Amino acid sequence: MSIVMLVGLAVMSLALCLTFIRLFRGPSLPDRVVAMELFSSILVGMMGVIAIATEVSFFLDVAIVVALMGFMATIGFSRFLERGGPRDD
Amino acid sequence: MIDGLVAVLVLAGSAFMCLAALGILRLPDLLTRMHATTKAATLGVSLIMLGVCLHFAVETVVARALAIILFIMMTAPVAAHVIGRAGYFVGARLWSGTLKDELKPHYDPLNHRLHSGLDDADASSPHGSSAGSGDDTDDAASGK
Repeated sequence: MSIVMLVGLAVMSLALCLTFIRLFRGPSLPDRVVAMELFSSILVGMMGVIAIATEVSFFLDVAIVVALMGFMATIGFSRFLERGGPRDD
Repeated sequence: MIDGLVAVLVLAGSAFMCLAALGILRLPDLLTRMHATTKAATLGVSLIMLGVCLHFAVETVVARALAIILFIMMTAPVAAHVIGRAGYFVGARLWSGTLKDELKPHYDPLNHRLHSGLDDADASSPHGSSAGSGDDTDDAASGK
């Protein structure tokens, strides 16, 4: 694993930590859903970098599944918010 | 040379993802946070997947990586639109420095209904309101 891939993984880990702070203290549920979507995007990028570093191309299938599940979770949460969530207005 | 290009792409992609995370941490509002995350994270994933394409250079891997790019670029705007709409309707507080809220005069938070601004002109409010309440009861019945 070369030094470039290590630097990329470290930067994306820092991004995950910053996103987790927002996920932890986000004032409302939509903020947390946006943070979760960014989580899935960063995970897809980390899968790509790990696939380059370990020369295993099957990690791209994992990346496809993670992207699909992030999208589905966002759609599900927003349907829940529009239909049945608590309204604080 | 290919390795150098892959390194540049991976570093740029991870830098854009770090920018997206910085934006979601620092920006003051739900909509501005979404504005930071969707575009920057999409660009970061696209750059990293281009790096994967260049590094492997096999047909199946390139097809998968391009499929990931296409999927991210198709789903990120849809997800951002849906969660922004849901957040506005739930009542997410806008930033205090917001200058213009074009949706505010067209949205009625009591019956949760959008007006286009054109149906105020023909002034058929009792017919419209009765049809609206009928739709609402239908929605409630189907919701149960």
